[in-house]
Formats: sequence, C-alpha cells, structure tokens
Amino acid sequence: MEHSLPTPHRPRVDDADRRLLAAIQHGLPLVSRPYAEIASRLGLSEAEVITRLTCLRDTGVIRRFGVVVRHRELGYAANAMVVWDVPDDRVTELGCCLAGFDFITLCYRRPRRPPHWRYNLYCMIHGKSRDEVFAHLEWMVNHCRLQALPHEVLFSRRRFKQCGAVYERQPIAVS
Amino acid sequence: MRSAEFSEIDRRLLNDFQQEFPLSPTPYADIARALGVSEDEVIAALARLQARGAVSRVGAVVRPNTVGASTLAAMSVPPAEIERVAALVSGFPEVNHNYEREHALNLWFVASAPEADRLRAVLDDIAARTGYEVLAFPLVEDYHIDLGFDLRI
Repeated sequence: MEHSLPTPHRPRVDDADRRLLAAIQHGLPLVSRPYAEIASRLGLSEAEVITRLTCLRDTGVIRRFGVVVRHRELGYAANAMVVWDVPDDRVTELGCCLAGFDFITLCYRRPRRPPHWRYNLYCMIHGKSRDEVFAHLEWMVNHCRLQALPHEVLFSRRRFKQCGAVYERQPIAVS
Repeated sequence: MRSAEFSEIDRRLLNDFQQEFPLSPTPYADIARALGVSEDEVIAALARLQARGAVSRVGAVVRPNTVGASTLAAMSVPPAEIERVAALVSGFPEVNHNYEREHALNLWFVASAPEADRLRAVLDDIAARTGYEVLAFPLVEDYHIDLGFDLRI
C-alpha cells in the first residue's frame, strides 16, 4: 500500500465492549432473552450486557441498533455508488446536502487518489430500478446545485459478499 | 416489491425496528406488544425473514473506525479474471462487503480489522495474492445520520 490509513480514534470502548460487539456481530439470538444468552457466553450479567449496549449506542459507537435489512432482497435491485469531484472547501457543505435525502444510505468524504481517481465525495443511492436511481440523482443535482461538478455513477453489477464487519481475529462463535 | 410477499407483521418488523430496537431483557416480547401479536410470532417472523435473506441480522451497525479500523478499497481487474479475484478477496474474513461495479475500477470491497496495522497488512496481502493494485479509500468524514431506510413496502 502506498497510502497511509488513518489512525482510528476510539471513544471509550473497552475489551468487554469489543467482546460483546464480536458476540453479536452475526446478530442477536432469536430467543426470548437474547441479552441473557449473550451474557452467559461472555461471563457477564444480562444487566451489564444491556447497559453496555445502551452506552455504546448513546455514545455513537453503535450508529444504529435493530433490524439490518438487505435492500436487494427487498426489491431495491438498483444500487449505485455516486462519486463526486467537489472543491475541497465545499465538501462538508455538499456532503450535508446530499446526506439529507431519504434514499441515501451512506454519504462519506474519502481521499482522492490521483492519477487513478479524482473523486472525494461518495453517496449510495438505492432504487427499485435504474430509472428510479437516475430520477433521485437528478433531484439531488438540482436541489444541491451540483450541475457543474464532475461525477460518475457506479451501479453494482454483482454482490460477491455482504455481512457484518468482523473486528475480532478469533470471532466468537454464535449459533 | 409487491407487498403481498410480506405479511403485515413482516412489513412492520422490516420498517419500524431498524433503529431503537428494545434494549430490555425481553425485546421480542416488547415488539410483540407493540404489534399486538405474540412473542413467538415475532421470533418466527424474524427467523423467516433471516432465512429468506431479507434481514441480514438483528444487531448493531458500528460506526466506522470506532472499534476497529476499516476502509473501502477498489481494484481494477480484467473482466475474465473478476470471479477468481473476487472469490479470493471474499475469502478474507476481514472483508465484509465485496461488489462488482460498472467502472474500470470494477471490484469494490470493505475491509475491517481490529487495528490499522492489521488492516494495512490485509490490503497488502490482497494485492500480493491477486497481483492487482489495491486503492484504499478510508473514510475522512461521515455526513449521514443513519436512521435506517424507509422501505416503503
């Protein structure tokens, strides 16, 4: 790799939190007392598991806790990553504008990689068809006044893998 | 999507519990009360939705780079090679998303690891084992507040 990766900042996540997130990375068990079951695997109490998850959610380490859906299986067959070449001093302004649309699921600033890649702002649009994605895109371009900014639309052609992130080298087995 | 494919319970579970899932000792019973059905029906419906792939899991979406290190990365792979290279990339447990996209940079994946050093080693290993350059696009700033996705089903 010729490029350096950022050093992650870590807000108050201790070892038990990591083990807990690893234990639920494939999902909560579908049993009456799921937190108690996770707790027994980790040697924690049910109350501690709930308190830790609540805290991780409240501090934003967990950005969302709930049912994680797969868009494609729910009829959202067209999935496009749209990338923009935005002047550096306007990325935050335009990122916030794009992020406000309800058909956007991700909106990130990422580094340019000249000479391979000029784009620095990314968003993901899910639609039931390509036409719907292009209609969303046109709406965004007009609303955020992006007409003059170079962009490309990268539809997904095939999904080879989609699962939750695995942060532990030795994942804790879950049923 | 024809909504007839999903029952009313399915639709409510898919749409209304993407966030604020109950962090109580009996979350499925709490949801069942809200929906006016039994706990067993909620658990059975979630199991069915998971089995058919509509639900990936019930759980946490972790903010990038808070617990470990992660990055988006891309490679430019000749079309004749893409299946072989994609299989190799997907074979890494650190890779959690891997898509072919319509572009000269055609293979896009997300890799996550406990530490940045390990993440870098994984990307180096992928480049070495596939013979193609890996471009890393780590997150610089996140503008999206994740409230789930209104499925309109």
